[in-house]
Amino acid sequence: MSLYYLQKVLYDINRDLAVQKQYQDDADTLFDNYALTDEERNALKQPDIGLLYVLGVNGQILMHFAAFHKIEWADYLQLMRDGITEHGPVREGVYAMTVVGERFTDNGNVES
Amino acid sequence: MSLVYAGVCSHGPGITARADQADPELRDEFYASLDKMRQDIEDSGAEALMMVAAEHFANFFMNNMPAYCIGMADQYEGPIEDPEWLKIARTNVPGNSDLSKRVITEIMQTVDTAFSEEWKFDHGISVPLNFLTPRYDLPVIPANINCQGPPLTPLGRAWEFGKAIRRACDAVPEKIALVGTGGISHWPATPDSGKINLEWDAEFMRHFTNNDKHSMLGYSDEDIYRDGGQGGYEIRTFIATAAAANGAKADVHFFKPIPIFATSCVCASFQL
Ligand SMILES: [Fe+2]
Repeated sequence: MSLYYLQKVLYDINRDLAVQKQYQDDADTLFDNYALTDEERNALKQPDIGLLYVLGVNGQILMHFAAFHKIEWADYLQLMRDGITEHGPVREGVYAMTVVGERFTDNGNVES
Repeated sequence: MSLVYAGVCSHGPGITARADQADPELRDEFYASLDKMRQDIEDSGAEALMMVAAEHFANFFMNNMPAYCIGMADQYEGPIEDPEWLKIARTNVPGNSDLSKRVITEIMQTVDTAFSEEWKFDHGISVPLNFLTPRYDLPVIPANINCQGPPLTPLGRAWEFGKAIRRACDAVPEKIALVGTGGISHWPATPDSGKINLEWDAEFMRHFTNNDKHSMLGYSDEDIYRDGGQGGYEIRTFIATAAAANGAKADVHFFKPIPIFATSCVCASFQL
């Protein structure tokens, strides 16, 4: 609903150590600076990578946020897939998944 | 003429972050090509390195998104990403504000570029610099083309930006190396990461190598999104670099898909 502000708070967290600290120490006060729904606030807090992806957060922003949370690469990809399974297709933006049920392995081969 | 080097390379974060997951032979061959770029840039006598990058929300957001922006500072910092994740330590990178100002002033004669006196690098610049100036001893002039937040600048404008860069480089006495960085086809940071359209990549690289302006500018953003993914929008950086090469043809030193690095990895330079 307010994808712009959802991405903006992530943008601010991703690039600014002081905002990262505020996110960790007092997320609610930080979130008050942005027009966010309760669903978005919860997804940011957990963090619920799958839901953030489905809500349409740009993959680059989400990838940096997942890295900040020390989420391993394979886990990050799986969390997005799980998000789609749970919440349905990506609702907005240009980072939608294009192929359902496929993985692109290191050899470039497609695995189901 | 003071543009002494023009080339392009890939910048995906996996190149460093997931190095241990790649086919070692392929990875080392790619790394060797990047090291050859480093050597070629050093041999060119370059006194500054201008990077035409496509950043990923390290500095610019949809509240005030410039189509083009050039850094004008004496120091930059990066990467913004968790250093343990990217496997590149956070560091300060030297700039040259005086040189930036002269370059920007000339570019503005034909392109309304934005400029910034502060700039944080993300993997889009930090990954190439990790290989091209590993000691961070060459002043960098960062330039960005918005390839992330649509609406995006048309490819023809990216060409004009590259032409303006060439004119500006040739107008200053300093020797400047230019490196454009971006992916060809890729679906980065999505569950489709690793998907590569090799046929589309090969066609684009053929146009790029021949410096075939007409063909490179022939893609629509709909074509790019369908065939090259949202990462494909970054061909703007290759197009600007080709324009700066002023008709010169390119030599491709490396062009192979490395899915764990999320794209066909490339190193190429123009015969200036
Ligand atoms: Fe990129």
